[in-house]
Amino acid sequence: MIYLQLFFTFFKIGLFTFGGGYAMIPLVRDEAISLGWITEEAFVNFIAVAESTPGPIAINMATFIGSTSAGILGATCATLGVILPSFIIILLIASVLKKLLEVSGVKAFIKGIHPTITALILSTGLTMLLNSLFSIKNIGSAFSFDYKAVIILAVIILANFLYKKIFKKKPSAIILIIISAILGMILYSF
Amino acid sequence: MNKFKKLLNLFWTMFKIGLFTFGGGYAMVGIMENELVERKGMIEHEEFLNLLVIAESTPGPIAINSATYIGYKIAGVLGSVVATLAVALPSFIIIFIISLFFNQFLSIKLVGYAFKGIQVAVCYLILSAGLKMFKKLNKKPITIIVFIVALTLHVTLTLLAKNFSSIYYILASGIIGLIAYSISYFAKKKKGEKQ
Repeated sequence: MIYLQLFFTFFKIGLFTFGGGYAMIPLVRDEAISLGWITEEAFVNFIAVAESTPGPIAINMATFIGSTSAGILGATCATLGVILPSFIIILLIASVLKKLLEVSGVKAFIKGIHPTITALILSTGLTMLLNSLFSIKNIGSAFSFDYKAVIILAVIILANFLYKKIFKKKPSAIILIIISAILGMILYSF
Repeated sequence: MNKFKKLLNLFWTMFKIGLFTFGGGYAMVGIMENELVERKGMIEHEEFLNLLVIAESTPGPIAINSATYIGYKIAGVLGSVVATLAVALPSFIIIFIISLFFNQFLSIKLVGYAFKGIQVAVCYLILSAGLKMFKKLNKKPITIIVFIVALTLHVTLTLLAKNFSSIYYILASGIIGLIAYSISYFAKKKKGEKQ
């Protein structure tokens, strides 16, 4: 039953996402791609959409994957699934378990997770980048070098650097996405 | 009636926050503070700071965590349900509509090219989010070891196309955290007994 599966998979994802939207990307990638709900490419495309629309990335992803694999009911199941763990835990903390986060064991567990989440996010970004620059999905893939993607990467890094120098703050994700979209349209048209 | 009005107000405020916040959880928390603490006085400032600590160290999206907590503080369990649904609803509606047309939209040639470019930007965004987190990590030996092991394993297994859910990495490192804590706790206790 796909609805239950969507609900429980996203419940698991919601339960193990510590540290905001990006921390969720490795989990969704591992679970949803292996279950065949979304392809790697569609997933990367959708991250850009999730970044450029309002609302938490987690909700956006659950709704999108739920909807594309099982319609509006699928979207509802996946979204409720991803919300529910937070909802239950916060409600418990706000009402009865006020001191839960001060228990040293809980603190130690959460501290232990930090380096792993960081590693998972970096690994996901790295392997995605290998895929997009060299078409390397795994050891078996044929190596092909996409110099256009390298140019886009170089321009983004440069744009980020210049923006920080001029405006004294980081550019928003949307600005970088728009720059890369324009470059993609120009470069891949030829 | 008063309670109903309160809930309606809560729903509307959270819905607006969900609708107009671009750029993830922290942007949203900033707007919540502005709307709920400063403008409407629905919740005390100190309570709000409390909330930030809790939202950061519990799982799930920060926006959802904050909405649930604030909703509960303002109007009990019903308030938390209303606030949580309200903050998620705009995303749900917008993304559901997008999901109906996304594939057709991508099959337009020029849009496809744009997204090939965008994929590079997405990798860059993920990597820079990861690097930012790395800078904030404490650099104790155990942290660095766990980091390197997790990174190497995850990259290798991804490249070998072996599927192994990230959840196991997270669970395992949480347990390592617990063990490391217990060891240092008992070591300290023993030292204390000797003196």
